[in-house]
Amino acid sequence: MNAAVEFQSVSRHYGPVRAVDAVDLVIEEGSFFAMLGPSGSGKTTCLRLISGFEKPTAGIVRIFGEDMGEVPPNRRHVNTVFQDYALFPHMSVRDNVAYGLMVAGVGRQARHARAEEMLALVKLDGFGDRKPAQLSGGQRQRVALARALVNEPRVLLLDEPLGALDLKLREAMQDELKSLQQRLGITFVFVTHDQGEALSMADRVAVFNEGRVAQVGTPAEIYERPATRFVADFVGSSNVLPPDLTAAVGGPRAWASLRPEAIAIAPAGRLGGVVTGARYLGAGTRLSVRAGALPASNGHRTDGGPTDAPRYLEQGESEIAVLVPAGVAVPEIGAEVGLDWEAAALHVMEGEA
Amino acid sequence: MSGAAHPARGAGDRLTAVFWSRPKLLTLLLLLPPLLWLGVVYIGSLVALLIQSFYSIDEFSGLVVPEFTLKTYGELLIPSNADVILRTVAMAAAVTLAAVVVAFPVAFFAARYAKGRWKAVFYLGIMLPLWSSYLVKVYAWKLILAKEGIITWAAEGIGAGNVLNAVLAIPVIGGNSLSTSYIGTFLVFLYVWLPYMILPMQAALERVPTSMLEASADLGAGGWRTFRSVILPLAAPGVIAGSIFTFSLTLGDYIIPQIVGSSRFFLGQAVYSLQGTAGNIPLAAAFAVVPIAIMLVYLTVARKMGAFDAI
Repeated sequence: MNAAVEFQSVSRHYGPVRAVDAVDLVIEEGSFFAMLGPSGSGKTTCLRLISGFEKPTAGIVRIFGEDMGEVPPNRRHVNTVFQDYALFPHMSVRDNVAYGLMVAGVGRQARHARAEEMLALVKLDGFGDRKPAQLSGGQRQRVALARALVNEPRVLLLDEPLGALDLKLREAMQDELKSLQQRLGITFVFVTHDQGEALSMADRVAVFNEGRVAQVGTPAEIYERPATRFVADFVGSSNVLPPDLTAAVGGPRAWASLRPEAIAIAPAGRLGGVVTGARYLGAGTRLSVRAGALPASNGHRTDGGPTDAPRYLEQGESEIAVLVPAGVAVPEIGAEVGLDWEAAALHVMEGEA
Repeated sequence: MSGAAHPARGAGDRLTAVFWSRPKLLTLLLLLPPLLWLGVVYIGSLVALLIQSFYSIDEFSGLVVPEFTLKTYGELLIPSNADVILRTVAMAAAVTLAAVVVAFPVAFFAARYAKGRWKAVFYLGIMLPLWSSYLVKVYAWKLILAKEGIITWAAEGIGAGNVLNAVLAIPVIGGNSLSTSYIGTFLVFLYVWLPYMILPMQAALERVPTSMLEASADLGAGGWRTFRSVILPLAAPGVIAGSIFTFSLTLGDYIIPQIVGSSRFFLGQAVYSLQGTAGNIPLAAAFAVVPIAIMLVYLTVARKMGAFDAI
């Protein structure tokens, strides 16, 4: 596989602010790549480094092996779907889509014909004569997509393109984008703060935190084997166990991640606690359990302490989230419960020292 | 007392309740004074003006004949009168075009790049001239442009005196000195009305999101293409608003051409002298209708050309 985009220790600093800090990244050709992270984590800046609207303070950005250091945005063979769509309000939908072709000097008839094809591709045939203001949010999003695809870019950049859509439409567009990418076979680079979106659409995900890449991997790797506490918490709100607690429940003395859905309520488990809150989610109920005294019967203790003395957890490390699937009885708030899980569910994070 | 609502604390609370239950009443009360002003004072006098322009003057007695006729409008076509109209329209058009060209870079910089302190400097720089008296500025320009003024002095100082003389030797727009030529009148008009072009232009440019310029570049457009296809059309409402100011203010002004320029009349001067010493109110009214008609035509054409599409 060729690298469509390659970052070689790329930084973008604004004075003392390190928006992007020494990022190394390889985006393979033909992949659907998601850049996931909270706002201010540097993911959008990375996208803009690819499109050329930001210049790196240090490092090299390569697109298909070519150093982009001196190449302005209008000469890069990448196109962007902007977060606010950035459709030209004074032009018809057709002229918006045909804009890239007009700039390239394609004749009116040819570019209008091509624009109609692109509109058909995004299922907006017959909307060519309208103005962007006459379209709904979802339709505008498709026009922006058609406009960005008309020049047949080798890499398509999408900056939180679904952020402004309501949930139902967002899910429909996720499927559509995914199938469009598979049909066209071009590289999609997708910025989002929605971990569900990133996991469901992307082939590979880069999780950003404070200007750095915390982890790159397939969605399954990211979700099941988070490398750092940040990734574990940000992607799917996993329980992050500090070394002491990991050791206490039978693991090595290291930071570990334990998925809420991997934990079952059991009369006698690896950990005991009191239910402090419950959030009904439809497909299940998310319980907050304050882990109290560790069960004295726990035989896995490895720290050498007396096994019969109950150990109490510190504040902040004591809230364990448990996902109780629908159909299973949900304990009342205040009830004392035991928590149990398969030994393999406890994932030790190598990225945390 | 149930306690679901606070008791009214006074007349203010009761008034608020009245307005809350009848929102149209508040709108009406707010709009009444300006509507009265607009209806009676402005529209009323405009109609009176229009009526007067259809009267004529008795050539022997010099009295206004209150009978409807198009005779007065016919008088506008007499060469000496038509010249005044043509001269004024040409000047207004030249001033407007020049104002667009000069104002654009300033407005663009202010809208896109100026932040914080620089923005304050920009507003101060644009507004400051508006705070001083119009007459003071015009007389100052008369001195600057005079034969003994700083421009002549500077031109001679750098050895460009003959360039200045060559410019002044151009027929029609040239003259004895800058302060007695159309060039001088043009420069002063341009200076005095420039803020009225910059401010609406800047407001229009500020509303163009950066992402739109980026989208244009992203699709392969260079700077010039983006300017023509995106920035200019989106700034058009501001340019039109500014040009309405510069154009109509130049059409109506009668002081600047009187102080700076040749002694030939502009529209405003014609109206001023006709309604004053000459006492020919109907012709003055007919002259005054001309700029209104020109502006209506101008706005219609601008609308047809899609200048307001982006609003």
